[in-house]
Formats: sequence, structure tokens, C-alpha cells
Amino acid sequence: MKDNCSNGEVRVGFYVCHCGHNIAGMIDCPAVAHYIGRLPGVAVSRDYKYMCSDPGQELIKQDIREHHLNRVVVASCSPLLHEHTFRHAVEAAGLNPFYFQMVNIREHSSWVHTDRVAATDKAMALSRAAVNRVRLHRPLETTRVPIHPDVLVVGGGISGIHAALTLANGGKKVFLVERDPSIGGHMAKFDKTFPTLDCAACILTPKMSAVRSHENITLWTYSEVVKVEGYVGNYVVTVKRKPRYVNEALCIGCQECINACIFKEAKFPDEFNVGLSKRKPVYIPFPQAVPQAVVIDPARCLHFKTGKCKQTCIEACGDRHAIDLTQKEELVQVKVGNIIVATGFRLFDAKRIPQYGYGLYPNVVTSIELERLVTSSGPTGGHVALRDGRTPQSVAFVLCVGSRDFKTNRWCSRTCCMHSMKLAQLVREHTGADVTVFYLDIRAPGKGCEEFYDKSLKDGIQFVRGRVAEVTDWAVTPEEEGKLVVRVEDTLAGLVRRIPVDMIVLAVGMEPHADAQDVRRLFNMSCGTEGWFLEKHPKMAPVATFTDGVFIAGCCQGPKDIPDSIAQAGAAAAEAMALIDRGYIEQEPNTAYIVEADCSGCKSCLALCPYTAIAFDETKGKASINAALCKGCGTCVAACPSGSIRQRLFEDDEIFSEIEGVLAHA
Amino acid sequence: MHDADWQPRIVAFFCNWCTYTAADLAGVSRMKYAPNVRIIRLMCSGRADPQFILAAFSGGADGVLIGGCHVGDCHYAEGNLKTLRRFQLLKRVLRDLGIDERRLRLEWISAAEGDKVRTVVNEMTEEVRSLGPLGLPRRFAEWDGEMTHLEGLAQTAESQVEEAKPEAAHA
Repeated sequence: MKDNCSNGEVRVGFYVCHCGHNIAGMIDCPAVAHYIGRLPGVAVSRDYKYMCSDPGQELIKQDIREHHLNRVVVASCSPLLHEHTFRHAVEAAGLNPFYFQMVNIREHSSWVHTDRVAATDKAMALSRAAVNRVRLHRPLETTRVPIHPDVLVVGGGISGIHAALTLANGGKKVFLVERDPSIGGHMAKFDKTFPTLDCAACILTPKMSAVRSHENITLWTYSEVVKVEGYVGNYVVTVKRKPRYVNEALCIGCQECINACIFKEAKFPDEFNVGLSKRKPVYIPFPQAVPQAVVIDPARCLHFKTGKCKQTCIEACGDRHAIDLTQKEELVQVKVGNIIVATGFRLFDAKRIPQYGYGLYPNVVTSIELERLVTSSGPTGGHVALRDGRTPQSVAFVLCVGSRDFKTNRWCSRTCCMHSMKLAQLVREHTGADVTVFYLDIRAPGKGCEEFYDKSLKDGIQFVRGRVAEVTDWAVTPEEEGKLVVRVEDTLAGLVRRIPVDMIVLAVGMEPHADAQDVRRLFNMSCGTEGWFLEKHPKMAPVATFTDGVFIAGCCQGPKDIPDSIAQAGAAAAEAMALIDRGYIEQEPNTAYIVEADCSGCKSCLALCPYTAIAFDETKGKASINAALCKGCGTCVAACPSGSIRQRLFEDDEIFSEIEGVLAHA
Repeated sequence: MHDADWQPRIVAFFCNWCTYTAADLAGVSRMKYAPNVRIIRLMCSGRADPQFILAAFSGGADGVLIGGCHVGDCHYAEGNLKTLRRFQLLKRVLRDLGIDERRLRLEWISAAEGDKVRTVVNEMTEEVRSLGPLGLPRRFAEWDGEMTHLEGLAQTAESQVEEAKPEAAHA
């Protein structure tokens, strides 16, 4: 490769980007270019409107050719955004891509400062540092790490299911791990989906059975990932398979054991029906569950609690011998190259807002409880009823319960407006009740959603704007006797109202799982302040994370509806597929290395490396670094007392020159 | 005591994964903060060699800020813990050198905490402003001047001794 530096002379090309008005609005770009142009070794110094555009990149390539540049510095946005772009341009012009340095004068200067002079000064200092540094750059080669072709998908909700199926259909082997005894997630609990009102089960259950029967998918329900080891492209994942006390392969889901259970009556709250119905200690989560295998709840089963049970279930199972009460927790290990995390959300606990009376008044229910009530396969067979069995004459929906609220969660959960309007229509259909929706703003941005809102208005659903202050059963007028009263400031009418109704539905928002932080650490991801998993870039990389080969999909990244979850799951699957088909991940050559002659053999570095990349050669008395294991943090470099460990791209002399550069007076 | 137009100069070493990204987020969110910090990107706060910090002070920085991932969240498992240990030692060294330890600050700032970048930078800028300039390059120059002066004196004294020598030998 020609490096334009056969005679050893360094010729730097410096480019400062206006980024339209984003940088030029706060930084005097021509002044920066002029200042840098006077520094020794700078052959070309220019300012340009959009450096990342095609003509911008072409400018660099042309200058490299015409002015025999052998170093390039671009002062523009964050290197996390466009470093690759410019390295690529530099490489295309025949230079080593690491003869490049980027200066972040947008995110770190023009966007965060209000004083043009100070911002320009800062841009000059940062640019000067980069020019200082780039002079010392060495040519480097990226390393390629081969990728294991199998994929792990964590979470069997609609996102995980879709991602797993997409990959499996593309011929990739997928391990799908789900914490609950069945896949299906939240969507399995829904009756219909907005805005089309098509049956949720009709679109979900075929996908669930496809997962079960797909030859490329290994489904592990009632399982959790407990450990992730290995490195990019080659993860070793340990999955804990909780005992379901039933052999999945032998159980055919005939439910005879359930009928035969010593508990004649179902008496334990059924998780799937959010406690609205009862189940036995041996149960099938829901009729369409995948896998179609019963599960035994050791916390409820007489055998596990007292050891004294006639074990009628085993008797009923007979020759199949599917029930195995001796089953133990099992740890299995798999090797995968990519991981898609689709762990979803949990619903806001309505008890956290006591003034809404959830748990106090029996006829205050949450939206998911109503969802189960309207479902024909639900606990009431689709009959929307009050707790005493009467059909409600009037129903109120309270929106933004645990959303858009500084006292609880400040984000918008995005689906509750539409979900409530859907339920409102279903309630009217089922009961003919008067429905009032209390809202802050109606957010119906999805395709067909505004039209659905229109329809709701035309169908006679009442909308009252205002955050509900309180729900009470304290009647002050005869009409309020025996009813629940919603107290609200109607901000459109400009008055405080009391509205008596029979039933109140709290549209509870979404929040991250209680153990989201543990999951995040497991996969080396980041979380936003709210606890949702953080994408690599909010726009350019919405399903990637900061760890290569780890992707996120669905509501674990933030609240979203079913179409968005599926779109994201498809995107994550495509990104994983792209990596697998390419076969390797290109790694930054920022690994550490040892200058053997300088190594004193003190072994200070050995204990510092969390990846055991440093070994010690006893015969030579020197340490050595395995580049394949080194992840390039540089901790050992900073610790080496003899200065014999060095880090590519972050060499001591490069950083010292950068320090000198930022401190130089403009 | 110092120039009226003196502005604190702070060099920051931010880790690529958390704090540098947080500073990017502060930018994307258009948060406004003091322009006195110059950020140098490292892959991990664990790469922040104490020599870098000393070089920054001796090169004219009035303060040094190190930013890393929260404890337990380090992209490289535990690089930030190594930083923490070095930081404690380095503060002692600074104290011995007569540099106020408030001029060195270590902060854990996650990728989501753009707001914390703003707060920390603003706080630190004000703190360093109240401490005044460290001005090591100027002091080094003064000390160098003194040394040259002393050397000059010593030389004169020596040559006087030299001149006096023959007589002394004589006697």
C-alpha cells in the first residue's frame, strides 16, 4: 500500500465540517481551518459544508492524490457516528485507514456551548490535538474474528418469536430461551389488536406453533440465561432449565393429570388470567401454550410441600411416564455468534397510585384485566362483568396510569391510548355501556390509528381531557350512590367534575423488568436512565448495542406496539444474519502489545487483565499478550511500570501529544 | 492575583463506552455547559495513566476530570476499579506535590447520563475557577529562572574560588 510518506515527511490534510448550520452556527469554521493550516506539517486545511457527503469525501480523496497527503484529520461530529465513513474514504484513496483522526466539535462543542468565541477556541484546541496526534499514527490492520453461525434469542414474546422465525427461515440455527413455561408473552393475553381489531390469537398462535415445529429452532421454555462468556462472535451461554417436573418430550398435553390432581378444585391464582381465574398445582399455562406440556408448580403441589400426596397425576399419566417429580434444575451450554435480547416489559403496578383505588375498590381494574374479561377464551368467556356479576352500565378509562407522570414514570408508554380505545369499543360491543375516556393527549400516530380514534369519537365514546385526581366511592349525590366517582379537572370545559361510573379501567403503562439491570450486565449492554436497554445509536443503529453481535428488539428497548416490535425483531434478525453470512466481525486494532526488550518481568500486568490475555513466559522472564483475547481497554498499559506495554491507536506518545495539543493556547 | 480574562482549563479523559457517549448524548440533547473542558477519548478509564494526568497539569491544565462507567458496569468488567485505585494514590501524590486534590476529579457517568456530564463539567469548572490558575508552566519557568540565576551565582562563586586557588595553594 502506498503511504505517501516514502521520504518520511508528514503531510496532514485537515477538514472542518460546517454540518450545515449545526457546527458553523456556533463555530467559526474558516477561522479553525485557517488556524490549523498554519501548524507545521499541515499541507491542506479546508472547511466544507458537509464532509460526510459524497463530495466531502471526494474532496479528501482528491487532496490525498493531488497534495500527497499521508495523514487526514476531520473535525465534525462524534467518531462514534462517522469515524468509519472517513476511515473508509481515506482507505479508498490508498492510505492506511488508521492514518486518520476525528475531532468531535459538534456533540462536544457547537451543540453544547453558547459562546461562539469559546466554542471556536475549543474546536481549535481539539483540532490541534488531533493534528499533533495523527502525526504519530502508525499504519494498522484490522483483525477479523470468525463468527459462530448459531443465534441465541432471549425472550419468547412476539419480538423474540419473530426474530427466531426469521433467522430459522433463513437457515440459521436458533436457540430460543423463554423464562415462562410457554412462549407467547403479553400478546398471547390479548383478545384483539388495534387498529384493525383482528384476533390476536389468530395471528400469534400460528407463529407459536411454527416455532415449536421448526427444525432450526431449539426452544427452551421455563429457562433463563445465567451466564455469558466468550468474546465477540463466539459466546458461550449457560442456560438454566428450571424443572417443570414433566418431560416435555413425552407430555402430549392431554391434561388428564390436571383432572386427576388431588386438588379437585382449582384454587390458585392463574398467572395467565392475571389472577382472574384459578388453576391447579399442575396446569397448562393457557390452551394454545407452546410447548403443549403441563407444568407442576412446586410451591403449590402437595407432593413438594408435604411429601404426602397420592400422586394421582402420575397414575393418570400412566404409560406415558411424562411426569417426573424427581426432575432437577439443569444447566446447559451453547455456543452462539449472535444474541438477540427481546425480554420485553412489565406492566406498571397500579397500586403505586393509591388515589385510583386499585386493590381497594373491586371494580377498579387494569387494562390487562379487562383484556382477559373481553376475551372469549378468558375467565368469564368474554362476559364483561362487575365483581358481583352485574353487567356495567358505565365504564371509565383512566389513561397515563404510570406514564407521563413525574411521580412514577415520565415516559409515554405509546400503546395505552390505542389499547384503551380498542377496549372501549369492545366494551361497548359486549355490554352497550356508556364509556368515558379520561386522557391527557390522545396519541394515535400509528398507521390507521388516527382513523380508529375518529371512529371511537363517532361511535359515541366520550373523551374528557384531564388527569384524574381521584377515584372514590364516597357519594355526595343520590346518582353517585353505589358507584365509583371519578374526580377530574376537565381542562377543556375548565371545571372540576365528578363522574359516577360502575367500572374503572386503569390503562397501566409499561416499565422495564425488575431485573433489567441484571439482564443488562449479563449481556454487557447499557441502559438509559429509565432502565430500557440502550441502542447503539438512536437513529442509525436502533437495534444494535455497544457490544458487537448483541442486538435488542421489542419493548426491552422502550415501549412500542406490536407492528413496531415485529419490525425491530426483523431488523435485529437481519443484522445478525448479515454478520453470520459475512462470517467475521472486524475488530478495532486497539489491542495491547509488549515491547519485550523493555519488559522487566514484574508481573504487575497479569492480575489486571479480566480476559486473561496476558501470559508470562517463565523461561524468558517476560510477559506476552494474546491479541485474540485482548479487548483493548488499555488498563495494563497504564499500569506497566517499565512502559513496555503499549496500545495500538492509543499509544502513550499519541495521547501525550493530544494533551499538549488541547492545552496549547490558540 | 491572576489575569481577569483567565479561564480554567480542564482536560478530561473519558471512556469510549459510557462517559464519552454520555457527552455525545449531552450534545444530541443540546444541553449547555461550560466550554472549559477538553475531552480526550480513551477506550477505558483504566487507560488513564497517572502520567497523563501529571502531564496535563504540568502542561497547563488547571483541572483534570476522569470519566468512566459506573462500578459494575465497566465495558471491560473492572477497568474502572483499577482507575479508582490509581485515583486514590494519585490524589496523595498530588497532595504531596502541593496541588489541591479538588483539581482532580473522577466521576462515573453512564452512557445515558448526558445530564450528569453537564452538571459535573459545570461544577468542576466553577470549583477550579474558585481555586484559581494552577499555572504550572509559569511556575516551572520561574523555577527554571531561579535555577539559572542560582547556577549563575554558583558559577561566579566557583570562578572566584578558582581565582583564589593559586594563592591558597601558595599559602
